[in-house]
Amino acid sequence: MTTPRHRLPPPAPRDPLARPQLHPVPPGARSRAMQAMAARATQGRFVLQACTVCDTATYPPRDACPRCWGTLAWHDQPTGGRVLANTVIRVSTDPYFRDRLPWHMGSIQLDAGPVVLAHLARGLEPGARVAMRLMLDRGGNAALFALPSDAAQVPHPEQGATSMSADPQGRTFVVPVAGATVLVSDARQPVGGALVGALAAAGARLVVAGLPGPAPVRDAHDPVLGLPGVQPLPLDVTDPVSVAETVSRIGGPLDIVINTARHVRAGGVSRDGNLLAQHRALEVSAMGLARLAQATAPILAGRPNGAFLDVLSVTALAGDAGHAGFAAAEAARLSLLQSFRHEMRSTGVRVLEVFTGPTDDADYQALPPPKVAPARLAAAVLDALAQGREQTCVGEVAREAMRRWLDDPALFVRETQP
Amino acid sequence: MTPLLTDLVAQLATGAIRVVDLANTLSSDFPVIVLPSEFGQCEPFRMETVSRYDADGPAWYWNRITMNEHTGTHFDAPAHWITGRDVPHGTVDAVAPRDFIHPAVVIDISAEAAENADFVVTRAFLEDWEARHGAIPKRHWILLRSDWSRRVGTLAYLNLQDDGAHSPGPDADAMRFLVHARDCVGLGVETVGTDAGQASHFAEPLPAHSILHGNGRFGLQCLTNLDQLPTFGSVIVAAPLKIKGGSGSPLRVIALMQEA
Repeated sequence: MTTPRHRLPPPAPRDPLARPQLHPVPPGARSRAMQAMAARATQGRFVLQACTVCDTATYPPRDACPRCWGTLAWHDQPTGGRVLANTVIRVSTDPYFRDRLPWHMGSIQLDAGPVVLAHLARGLEPGARVAMRLMLDRGGNAALFALPSDAAQVPHPEQGATSMSADPQGRTFVVPVAGATVLVSDARQPVGGALVGALAAAGARLVVAGLPGPAPVRDAHDPVLGLPGVQPLPLDVTDPVSVAETVSRIGGPLDIVINTARHVRAGGVSRDGNLLAQHRALEVSAMGLARLAQATAPILAGRPNGAFLDVLSVTALAGDAGHAGFAAAEAARLSLLQSFRHEMRSTGVRVLEVFTGPTDDADYQALPPPKVAPARLAAAVLDALAQGREQTCVGEVAREAMRRWLDDPALFVRETQP
Repeated sequence: MTPLLTDLVAQLATGAIRVVDLANTLSSDFPVIVLPSEFGQCEPFRMETVSRYDADGPAWYWNRITMNEHTGTHFDAPAHWITGRDVPHGTVDAVAPRDFIHPAVVIDISAEAAENADFVVTRAFLEDWEARHGAIPKRHWILLRSDWSRRVGTLAYLNLQDDGAHSPGPDADAMRFLVHARDCVGLGVETVGTDAGQASHFAEPLPAHSILHGNGRFGLQCLTNLDQLPTFGSVIVAAPLKIKGGSGSPLRVIALMQEA
């Protein structure tokens, strides 16, 4: 049960005597307006400021309309554009770009109006139609990226994203799964199980499937856990010994951690509140995240595309009277995750979050639809990695909750706690 | 010191009396009993370091530990079961110190348990055993040697199948025989509970817990090294922690036995 049943493809060869390679991040300081653009980029939106008086869209982000001094507001914009000019940077004093030369850039005439300086996918020449992406670079700053429009206009986002990860510059903005070693913290629950299968299908080199106890005898012959390249290991995020041992037993360097562990139990605060269940929820959601982060962050920081993705409940935003203890645990988890992301900025490790509403499994059997199917949540996790998107909301419940929370948090809290 | 104790200490020193450790190591990966999911569960052992000769304590090492009262090798007091709720001195802090030391009889069911994980110890089995080995003396711990402790570290220890746990244990008639006819001190087992894995489905469910504790007797679970003990003649030292109002306690269980 504890060893991979199939021989793994070897990792990329590396000189054992070479000193570890540091992974610098792109230059950091940005204006407040640019930070606001990055905040929207986390959600995968393509936004520009537009003047509330004269309607002109503008770039780069500013504090007032350059045409009429009117107030600016963020708006989603059409993503089309045309390459005006391109160039290749062959020399740079910046440590991040120096490691990745040559670097392709160009000016783009956006359909939305402004001319912008953007990172270019390989092969884009002046006159080419492009589809723009607003990405986050490895330092967490907003960056415009131009993809050939035919590659981006395919109906399935995963296929569009493939061209991001296929492009040598595009790869630096996303989290490639192909060839990566991935740890799923709880593969016993349906969401984690679906994720293990999806990661294996997406070409991960090794998927380590964490199995919290108690361990049934059927663990020895689970079909998903028996897939080639899947290594089941006992892992309980409430146990520091278990976390340390599991991490020590992963063959090859770890690239991606996906934390699916959670302990969902119904109950209120003063009414029907089971303190032991609430304590366990906190141990899994909050302390579990901290244990996992402490054990894996140094390894992830040594990898060129290290990432930590956390799957959490959207009830972290405002609580949930029906699952008060669990929602509190998820709120604590979100808080830790945000601090962890700031901590990781300087290392280039991407910290991503995927919010979900109730999932269609035993945890939420008492709730009516809409619920998120485990396979759908797994697909959303793979898409978040492929797009390098920091924040993803899966399903109607999570998307609607996030929309309303961003719109008016005070009202949202009132409406969700009847 | 009386000659009796002097003699005991001397024999311990020469090794004429051997001390056998009957406790499993308390570690985070030691399995705990799994109840149907609608019930509260047994927390496994957890240990977090407070300091280890580091900034949080440069010269000292200590840990914070958490667990259920019934985690690892542990003692069940009468108050653990509803049948024992009114038994006087039924909680661990009130158990009489004289009950910490009792002789034991070891009943070997390892062959039967290897053959059948659901092996049930019946009154007939015990009477047949007595016919071969002699009567079970009064006021003894009854230790069921199943060799289940050899499964520790494998899925076969809890042996959680899709229909629940499968491990050996006694039925109600066997328990009544041990408690009333043989006046046992308690029942000690290598499995995670004194009752069989499937004992919640018996006609009289969970008879070991129900009958032992209802009559003020004790339980010892997750024992090991029972294969080193003689059938008769060993003495068990089992002193639970003095937890106020506690229902049980992890503990170190030792056996004293005379070397042949």
